[in-house]
Amino acid sequence: MIRLEARQSVPGWLRLAATAGAGVAALVLVAIPIAAAGVGVLDAYALMAKGAFGSVFAASETLTRATPLILTGLAAAVAFRAKLWNIGGEGQLYAGALAAVAVGSGAISAPAAVMVPMVLVAGALAGALLMIGPALMKLRFGADEVVTTLLLNFVVLLFVQMMLEGPMKDPMGLGWPQSMPVTDEASLPRLMARTRLHAGLIIGLVLAVAVAILMRRTVWGFEIRAVGENAAAARYAGVPVTATMVRVALISGALAGLAGVGEVAGLKGYLTSDLSPGFGYAGIVVAMLAGLSPLGVIAAAIFIAGVFVGADSMSRATGVSNYLADLVVATSLLCVLVGGFLTRFRIRLGRG
Amino acid sequence: MEVLDILLTVNFWAASVRIATPMIFGVLGALVCERAGVLNLGIEGIFTAGAMAGWMAVWAGADLWTGVAVAAAAGGLFGLIHAILTVPLGLSQHVSGIGVTLLASSLSYFIYRTALPDVTTPPRIAPFRPVDIPVLSDLPFIGPVLFQQTPLTLLAFVLVGVVAFVLYRTPLGLAIRAVGDNPASVEAQGLSVHALRMGAVVAGSGLMAMGGAFLTMSAFDAFFFGMVNGRGWICIALTVFASWRPGKALLGALLFGAFDAFQVRLQTEVGAFLPSQVFLMLPYLLSIAALVAVARKADYPRAMLTPWFKGQR
Amino acid sequence: MTDRPPVLVLDGITKRFGPLVANDCIELTLAPGEIVALLGENGAGKTTLMNILFGHYTADAGRVRVADGAGGLSDLEPGSPGAALAAGIGMVHQHFTLAENLTGLENIVLGTEPVLRVWGGRAEARAKAARLMRESGLEVDLDARIDQLTVGERQRVEILKALYRDVRVLVLDEPTAVLTPQEAEGLFAVLRLLAAKGLAVVFISHKLGEVLAVSHRIAVLRAGRKVGELETAKADRRAIADLMVGREVAASRRSPLEPGAPVLELDGVDVAGKDARRSLHGASLLVRAREIVGIAGVSGNGQAALAALIAGLAAPDGGRMRLNGRPVARHDSRAFVEAGVARVPEDRHHDGVVGAMSVAENVAIEDIRAKGFQHWGFIDFAAIRSRAEAAIRDYDVRCPGPDAPARLLSGGNIQKLILARVLERDPRLILANQPTRGLDVGAQAEVHRRLLAARERGAGVVLISEDLDELFALSDRIVVIHAGRLAEAGPPEALDRGTVGLMMAGHGREDAA
Repeated sequence: MIRLEARQSVPGWLRLAATAGAGVAALVLVAIPIAAAGVGVLDAYALMAKGAFGSVFAASETLTRATPLILTGLAAAVAFRAKLWNIGGEGQLYAGALAAVAVGSGAISAPAAVMVPMVLVAGALAGALLMIGPALMKLRFGADEVVTTLLLNFVVLLFVQMMLEGPMKDPMGLGWPQSMPVTDEASLPRLMARTRLHAGLIIGLVLAVAVAILMRRTVWGFEIRAVGENAAAARYAGVPVTATMVRVALISGALAGLAGVGEVAGLKGYLTSDLSPGFGYAGIVVAMLAGLSPLGVIAAAIFIAGVFVGADSMSRATGVSNYLADLVVATSLLCVLVGGFLTRFRIRLGRG
Repeated sequence: MEVLDILLTVNFWAASVRIATPMIFGVLGALVCERAGVLNLGIEGIFTAGAMAGWMAVWAGADLWTGVAVAAAAGGLFGLIHAILTVPLGLSQHVSGIGVTLLASSLSYFIYRTALPDVTTPPRIAPFRPVDIPVLSDLPFIGPVLFQQTPLTLLAFVLVGVVAFVLYRTPLGLAIRAVGDNPASVEAQGLSVHALRMGAVVAGSGLMAMGGAFLTMSAFDAFFFGMVNGRGWICIALTVFASWRPGKALLGALLFGAFDAFQVRLQTEVGAFLPSQVFLMLPYLLSIAALVAVARKADYPRAMLTPWFKGQR
Repeated sequence: MTDRPPVLVLDGITKRFGPLVANDCIELTLAPGEIVALLGENGAGKTTLMNILFGHYTADAGRVRVADGAGGLSDLEPGSPGAALAAGIGMVHQHFTLAENLTGLENIVLGTEPVLRVWGGRAEARAKAARLMRESGLEVDLDARIDQLTVGERQRVEILKALYRDVRVLVLDEPTAVLTPQEAEGLFAVLRLLAAKGLAVVFISHKLGEVLAVSHRIAVLRAGRKVGELETAKADRRAIADLMVGREVAASRRSPLEPGAPVLELDGVDVAGKDARRSLHGASLLVRAREIVGIAGVSGNGQAALAALIAGLAAPDGGRMRLNGRPVARHDSRAFVEAGVARVPEDRHHDGVVGAMSVAENVAIEDIRAKGFQHWGFIDFAAIRSRAEAAIRDYDVRCPGPDAPARLLSGGNIQKLILARVLERDPRLILANQPTRGLDVGAQAEVHRRLLAARERGAGVVLISEDLDELFALSDRIVVIHAGRLAEAGPPEALDRGTVGLMMAGHGREDAA
């Protein structure tokens, strides 16, 4: 007979193993639809791996794709630590991108040393501002932030479309609804010739380390963890719960906003309303895969980015729909949840 | 045409009811889940799955009602995933719901793309037609607004009554309301908390999926990517607004439908002065406003979001 | 009475929770018409045993056998409340298992009708419930929602729930915890009546007095074992107490001290809570340095509001509140900590510790923003650690180490951790809300010693407790809380329990005495 026995505490190696196991389980589960689509499963995965990491260029593409995911992943990880369910990463990303374009596409002209920080600050501020509403609605009125942040995603996207068809439309864009290009001074520098890698990656990595330090070493991080783990006890002990929640909301929104800055000022050069293929939502998966650990977010983001880039390349070669990537992402999230559950137990074989 | 005149036309009210229909299904589904104590954020994806599955069944040759059943079954299946993760395993209802939404939508898109690899215009089916009920459909005003709708709209109205009856007039409904308030009350009376909760989530998810089916089999005749467009999330807000009561859910959905229909008509009236997106934002903003207005006073099912384990210490 | 054939036999019941053996091979036999008291300290394993009987838990070993129709005994299916109910076992839990959004009648019939039945009316059910109310004297409005009922009324619904199912065995878990002494008398009368009609009753309690008053037979549990069983009529109070506790415990002694300056003054304070149980009306209270003021009352009479007020979690809606002689500027938990208020919360698991954080972090949580524990917003982990090591040593907190998560600690050790956190700050006012509830005797004595020591150091203490023994032992003055109002009862030396009990039921000091 198999019995589950609760563990007193979960060792670190087991947590890592569970996460890796969840990734593998997701790939195994997704083999079913691949096979159903009439393609050899191993061939498909080999093509995906090659497409994601098979060459320097492929790896650079994966890292480029991981850049926004690191930031949206951090945004979700910080918020979820405080049990603030910010599902609005997608909207905050667009808000950040819009602000970056507003500041960086010629409205202001200054040398790069001024413009780049300004674009970054503008994007972070826009993302943070967008979180003020849901945070206050939660704290003042008790409105579930999941619903408000989700609905705001749609509002922000419509707002972006409105700006792109109206005041921010590029007159040289041949009628396409796209913004004016970000000026060279305001663009994030490229990291490597003949790749699309840009300085957003460095920003993401630095911020991951910064967030790790914030959570582990500072009073703010202490308070965020306390509020997230047991808000009642934290409040009782004098931790300013409301202020902490607002702080987390702002940090989370700013991180997601920076993801948008990177995409327009580092990668695309201009804003369109299809800038993000769901980076905000994928960020939630990244955060969960990482077990909400800021440094873990880096690895998780690279994994998810690899799935996206690899699936694109596999899709071109085999004709299997690249929605497969979203399928892997979704399945990973559910698997990591179950994995987290299993780590809390010891499986015992023997007589009950 | 004056703005107020819009409110008096038959067309406007008929459109309101049409727009309200998927929301009725969605809010009923959400309230069944939440009454049992489980928040189901899988709703957005379950809408998509219902829309795709129902449409695809009919496209593959099934009749329309079989399509509706297939949609409901698909919804129930995704509901079962959410139920297993959140009820016996007791995992975060928030994260599991988001996961189910991602899974249900990506799987729907994947299947659609795989079945129809290179279509440029989405294929169409012959959708439900408006019914013609003797006498009722011929009533002035009421007839065209309520009784010249498609059968799915009429089904939605009937289901409001059915859900209300089950919740308030049967032992099953009593147990569902009890398990969402205090699972221990149900356990101590010898009923299974997990069975009740899982059953409610599966049934509620089936209802949600029928809302999705309405989109592809009644409102439109084809499946589009992104066609659910936040309707599921809006239903979650409307459920709070409806204070988890079927009658109020109907009212909330109809108010939402009327507002949305009004917004569309307003757009054609004054669209020259304002960009269309301003109008398109209104339903989302209205839902947020509705949520904020009632959230503080809302009588949430007390045990919602709280997992329950047998023999817990 | 024991010569009748048994209705229920517990046979070698053993249950472990991790390393803890909650029940160790327990035997118990129950005959119709007898009231058996299950007596023991908190944590002795009484509730666990009854939860196994009722199917909430599954025993690791042993079996439950119930009388079948044929005059023999048959095994009860383990782990199934449904099976227990079908076998005629009913349980009134300490934490009521009522759905508060339903009426009394709905709670009573819940689970008794086939779940998939389409509506068939409840006239019969209503008639049966009404008959049961008449016969037992448990009157309650069946059509009121549970959240509209008082605690005593809810308990009546709980008992009716069991009677409605024609139970042969009724288990009551600490039923008097929420009742005044007079209400408890009423309950005992009901139980005697029911037993006389042939019901077998198991009465769980840790209060020796009421066990002697109501039971025919007493089974004493200690640390998971049954250490004795005797006829109540032949029982010797002293001997049972020793059996229950297992060792002599020196009662804490309060030395006479002259009270100092006021540290807490409430003057006609109103708190408008969500319901009557969380409200205060014109409450006045004076606590001076070097005195312990005990607050007696049946739970749910405004203790929560009073505690929230003194903890800084709630602000008065009317009246004046002064701390250390000065009006309170900010009603905020942090401001109160900084003003020298030590708070020991009622629910130590829920409000006392952040279980996922370490022991060290939980010791430091009130000080984390203080100089010495952080520099420029960065935490000084060495300082936190040495503070925690001192706390573990001085307060004898049993834990794997300062880095272990606090949720691994037992209730007693969590309480010691909280005491270390709040008392090391040299507080001027201490709020101790049910500080010994659920603790074993040793931990209780330790908490009492710490509170008395703080009093001698010059702190004023507000002790909110439902344990009259504790209040009489520690308090310099007793104040009774009833329906959100405070009434001074006086020093315990000049009081008897009956007076306090009547005041707890809402009588004035004069007509109570």
